[in-house]
Amino acid sequence: MSVQEGPVTSRLPDSLTSYWKNDLVKIGATLAVVYLLYLITGLLLGYGLTGQLNSLRRLTFLIVLYSIGALVVNLHWGYSGLFNIGVVGFMAVGVYVTTILTRPVVGQNPTGTLPGLGLPLPIAIVGGVLAAAIVGYVAALPSLRLRDDYFAIVTLAFAEIIRITAKASELQKFTVFGMTIGTGGGRGIRTYPNPINQFFDGIGAPIVNAVSGTIDPRIVTGWTFILALAIILICILWIMNRLVKSPFGRVLKGIRDDEEATSALAKNTGSFKIHSFMIGCGLLGFLGIIWQGSQGYISPSLFVPQLTFFIWIPVIIGGAGSNNGSIIGSIIFVGTIYLGPGYLRRLIEKFVSHSGRATNFPDALGALAGGDISGILLYTLNQTSALRIILTGVLLIWLLKRRPNGLFGNRREMASSIDVESRVRDRQATDARTGGEE
Amino acid sequence: MIFKLFNSIRNRLLFTKLLIKVGVVTLGVVLLFDMFRQLINGELTVALIAGYLWKGLIYGLVIGIGGVGLSLTYKLLDFANFAHGDYITLSAFVGWGVAYLIAGFGQFKTGSLLFLGVGGTVYPRDVGINIANAPVAILFGLVIAALFGALLAVALDSGVYSSMRGADNVTLLITSVGVAFILRYVAVYLFTQQTFGLTAETWSYELGLPGGTVTITSASLLLIFVSLLLMIGVHLLLTRTKLGKSMRAMAANKQLARVTGIPSEKIIKRTWLLGGALAGVAGFMIALLQGTINYQIGWTLLLLVFAGVIMGGIGSVYGAIIGGILVGLITRLSLIWIPASFMEATGFIVMILILLTRPAGIFGGDVA
Repeated sequence: MSVQEGPVTSRLPDSLTSYWKNDLVKIGATLAVVYLLYLITGLLLGYGLTGQLNSLRRLTFLIVLYSIGALVVNLHWGYSGLFNIGVVGFMAVGVYVTTILTRPVVGQNPTGTLPGLGLPLPIAIVGGVLAAAIVGYVAALPSLRLRDDYFAIVTLAFAEIIRITAKASELQKFTVFGMTIGTGGGRGIRTYPNPINQFFDGIGAPIVNAVSGTIDPRIVTGWTFILALAIILICILWIMNRLVKSPFGRVLKGIRDDEEATSALAKNTGSFKIHSFMIGCGLLGFLGIIWQGSQGYISPSLFVPQLTFFIWIPVIIGGAGSNNGSIIGSIIFVGTIYLGPGYLRRLIEKFVSHSGRATNFPDALGALAGGDISGILLYTLNQTSALRIILTGVLLIWLLKRRPNGLFGNRREMASSIDVESRVRDRQATDARTGGEE
Repeated sequence: MIFKLFNSIRNRLLFTKLLIKVGVVTLGVVLLFDMFRQLINGELTVALIAGYLWKGLIYGLVIGIGGVGLSLTYKLLDFANFAHGDYITLSAFVGWGVAYLIAGFGQFKTGSLLFLGVGGTVYPRDVGINIANAPVAILFGLVIAALFGALLAVALDSGVYSSMRGADNVTLLITSVGVAFILRYVAVYLFTQQTFGLTAETWSYELGLPGGTVTITSASLLLIFVSLLLMIGVHLLLTRTKLGKSMRAMAANKQLARVTGIPSEKIIKRTWLLGGALAGVAGFMIALLQGTINYQIGWTLLLLVFAGVIMGGIGSVYGAIIGGILVGLITRLSLIWIPASFMEATGFIVMILILLTRPAGIFGGDVA
């Protein structure tokens, strides 16, 4: 991949530019900067060791999960040209199927919780991933021929249908083929226990006891889980990088750039697109399993379309068609827009003295008219969750207007294994030198 | 191996389109027969069906009116505007704020009224607004909602979309998602995530039919009256005025329209005005019908509006209205067979089926 002159490259000293061209260095540098920012913020807020570790744990947790989601979106959109905005639907299928498969069977479950099929977690995870992939197949099979935006509307509608189904009170608890199962309806359902927590409760208990004097045991389990997630992310990244360089991936890029030309080369483009879509949907199912599933409780309100667009944003920041860009995009998105406003609010609350109180906008506005700006400031600080999304929207518009290829995007990456354009470039360079005279 | 299996399924589904069409027609016929069977058996009453039809028509009209702007801009600028639902939301809030202000002027604080009493400063039963006792407030609010919707649509076009003409439809679609986020959460910032009750008890008429009654509320009568006026107005605009004819020409063939000297930018701006105003009316009316408003009112409506627009054929004004009414009727009538939880899902499924079989809409893409 050739890296074009970016905004960072031009500001770095020459000795460092060569390192910056390495994508891994870019990821590491971005991550280091974000970590440093959070450590400094933690210091300013007076966090102790536990506080710092907790704040970094949450940061890393979200970065890893958004990265996995962004990698899938990038596989779909950046490499296969499939405009999937039904991401949450497939996540929901994965986690709901896994949950229903693992819930204990009737009679064995604690009273008041929903029964399931009582399968062990690893089998249930495979079941969830397969279910998500199959739903992806059903969604994609008839829609492949559609225009990008129609495909998008179909996937969005699919995701909403899945959410409506999970929410339906009729399916809250039902019996089919003599088995009683249920989705929990709008009230939600308790998921499966996290195997890492189980490990530390059982065999791993001595490890926790050994360090309990210095660190909170929950931090040990939390960070172990993060470590496991990070390993999963690295595996997925490696697979993705291999996949897009494989013959399969080259055909995908060909389809993205010119589907008719690719099919003229005797490639069954529909079949390639379906496979790419199913692989992605399976991974999204898995993402749901390790994300919402690991929180102990799921409900349909977790799977609203907003999350889909949040997962899309790292890809737009990083630039479609770049796996490493998607990871950097996730780090930037989670580190700044997603978690930033909350920390900023805490910082301002700590260091700016405030007296006034405003619980609603008209009051704050009234105070402002009276020359008191603390009211509107406080009100705004209390609305961080709204501000986060407004900021997200502003960023989206700005990126698409100014940098439609993303900060690190490289959509002109070659589909062929040799650079056929290099001769053209050489010639242009020669022309420029000789003034176009042969 | 599993991929091979799927491939073989896919190859056998070469006639997917035909299969879907045959399936849909068969299903329709079976359902129709089943409806008559249920009617004869007495499981279903005439009143119940009439009630579904009436409600479906009312909600369908709102969806249709809200969809006109979406349909026109989709065709003219070639992108799906995902922010359209939030035009509906924000104009509804503004319109109702003004209606409250007029109805309760002098009795309560101006700020509290304009912001619908956010934070529990004014309650709807205190203002006691309804069509019978405050018709002026309601009508004025409706006009303000339309004006605000129109201005909002034009302002966003100038600020965001106009510099992106010619960008591909996916870029514009994602941009509109950004716009939607901003609008929706500006509404949250101003009005919080609270759901506001809006109107006091209204007058309604119970129409007696075999097996029960159909409730006809004053809100739905107002809606029918307003939508008839709007439809006649839009029809006259499209067929009698130069502006309307230019709009139709541009929707039919943009290049040809430009060649014949139609000022395309000007027409696009006017189209946003029209579409935004109708979105504002739809927003105000849906809030009146439901009697409540919250920041998601337009977003929840948006996919159904898309369903109506796609059913009627993108770019067609009459199609959008008829498509909206059909979506309303289909979602309500489906209640005969399926539980209410899945009501919206039927609308989405119908939309997907239309996209798969007749992406030009059921009226075959006739313009205007």
